[in-house]
Amino acid sequence: MTQEPILKGRGLVKRYGKVTALDHCDFDLYPGEILAVIGDNGAGKSSLIKALSGAVQPDEGEITLEGKPIQFSTPLDARAYGIECVYQTLAMSPALSIADNMFMGRELRKPGIMGALFRQLDKPAMEKFARAKLNELGLMTIQNINQAVETLSGGQRQGVAVARAAAFGSKVVILDEPTAALGVKESRRVLELIRDVRSRGIPIILISHNMPHVFEVADRIHIHRLGKRLCVIKPGDYSMSDAVAFMTGAKLPEGVTEAA
Amino acid sequence: MASDAKGATSFEEGLKGASEKVAEFHEDKGALKRLQTWLHQTPSAVPMIVLVIALIIFGVLSENFFKATTLSTILQQIAIVGILGCAQSVVVLTAGIDLSVGAIAVFSSVLMGQMTFRYGIPAELSILIGLVLGTAMGFVNGWLVAKVKLPPFIVTLGTWQILLASNFIFSANETIRSSDIEKQAGALQFWGQSIQPGGVKVLFAVFLLIALVAIMAYVLRQTAWGRHVYAVGDDPDAAELAGVKTKTILIQVYALAGFFCAIAGWVMIGRFGSVSPTASTGQMGNIQSITAVVIGGISLFGGRGSIVGMFFGALIVGVFEMGLRLVGTDPQWTFFLIGVLIIFAVAVDQWIRKAAA
Repeated sequence: MTQEPILKGRGLVKRYGKVTALDHCDFDLYPGEILAVIGDNGAGKSSLIKALSGAVQPDEGEITLEGKPIQFSTPLDARAYGIECVYQTLAMSPALSIADNMFMGRELRKPGIMGALFRQLDKPAMEKFARAKLNELGLMTIQNINQAVETLSGGQRQGVAVARAAAFGSKVVILDEPTAALGVKESRRVLELIRDVRSRGIPIILISHNMPHVFEVADRIHIHRLGKRLCVIKPGDYSMSDAVAFMTGAKLPEGVTEAA
Repeated sequence: MASDAKGATSFEEGLKGASEKVAEFHEDKGALKRLQTWLHQTPSAVPMIVLVIALIIFGVLSENFFKATTLSTILQQIAIVGILGCAQSVVVLTAGIDLSVGAIAVFSSVLMGQMTFRYGIPAELSILIGLVLGTAMGFVNGWLVAKVKLPPFIVTLGTWQILLASNFIFSANETIRSSDIEKQAGALQFWGQSIQPGGVKVLFAVFLLIALVAIMAYVLRQTAWGRHVYAVGDDPDAAELAGVKTKTILIQVYALAGFFCAIAGWVMIGRFGSVSPTASTGQMGNIQSITAVVIGGISLFGGRGSIVGMFFGALIVGVFEMGLRLVGTDPQWTFFLIGVLIIFAVAVDQWIRKAAA
């Protein structure tokens, strides 16, 4: 690719006490692509994602968005730049409603004096928007947009979290194991949604253990091993078992030598 | 990619002809289940039902109960506990607890009184200073909880003792007499004034309590800040990731609680007439406000309940105290029954929370 990466990481290091989760890791995401990140448990995928989404701050290294160096001290900062993330834990408040959760931290206020002076939320607008986004996703038949998230099934909760990221992400959408809790049909909808988001020109980072899903939707696959990027492959060039062999260290891709 | 892609999706061919519906609800419409769901959505319903039942029972048992004077006395007696309950409610909603509410209230009232009587500051300004200092005490609680990450129970157990002791040291155990306040600093007793429509005395403090509950009900339900308070109490990590400034919210909540406590301190001067550093609120205020909060159906685990429930909870305590006195039982029965209610309320809370599953 000759394009400049939209989101780039160079030499990222993150240590937790004696554990080095990220060891001079590089990362590139190009505009309009779906980049899958795969790796064994403990390879540092989550740390990488958290560094890119502002949930943790790398000890060393540089992240650039559209060529400009950026530093996120909170997820809110990353969101302000248009980077949305669906965490594995989903980051939802169980007792609050679907609409409340979708707009958490970026609530809409009523126009006029009720909003400006009395800070009243524009609940009808938020509910309408939330309902539209969920319908767009087609993931579920929600009876009541005001029902608490904890009354939803695991798959539905995941759907709400994905819908939230897809609705607000303007630069990058990061999905950490988006299909882990979903059934076959729901997974299919999420994969369609991922393609749908890409067709709007927004690049996606997809973290998944599900090789069929990864190979189906990804344009490139970033293989993470021992805290750094081992290689980036195209799904057409390798088989799933090759990818698994690379990420577990059973086999090395050509042209790559692994220290230690 | 060709062979892999085929392999990846071929198993899904089994979906052909399957139902196109996705993850629908199959709701169990049993009466009990529906009650549970309803209570889950309407957290102030339980205390309201208990309150209505209590009113009916005492109304039948004592003919004097449904007199306007009785009811206004009940409201009068819960004014201070209710305002402390507002403070306690916001803290408990964040899954915290504030044991220092009574101490902040008493210390604030002493500060207001002494500013005028020791330093000669005009009463209105003294009140303002008292409110600011009360807010500052709450801010310290919040700072210790949010920034130093100490458990709220420990922080406020400590500040409770510190503030109460400071209160005694600062005031030199001196009570300011009611008649002096009346002569020199009437503003301090403002909330003790009353209107008397048809001979029934209603304290200004009662209107203040109702106004505070109404304002907080609006703030918690209708503003982003209120939603964030719930989110922080519900799951702080999730709230943080979802973009809530959890630390700021926590500090604001404790500071607001301190502000409410200072208001309660001002109301105490109006209600008791005098300024006394030994007022029982310093020791009992915590327990009474926590009782109102718990009976009012606010979950001690945070994120659930409403401030209107707390108001009902405070009313229930007031109704029990007054009702049992009118019926003529041993006053200990009040505490006995309130103890039972607390356990009942928490048991109901646990049961309602299962509606989620």
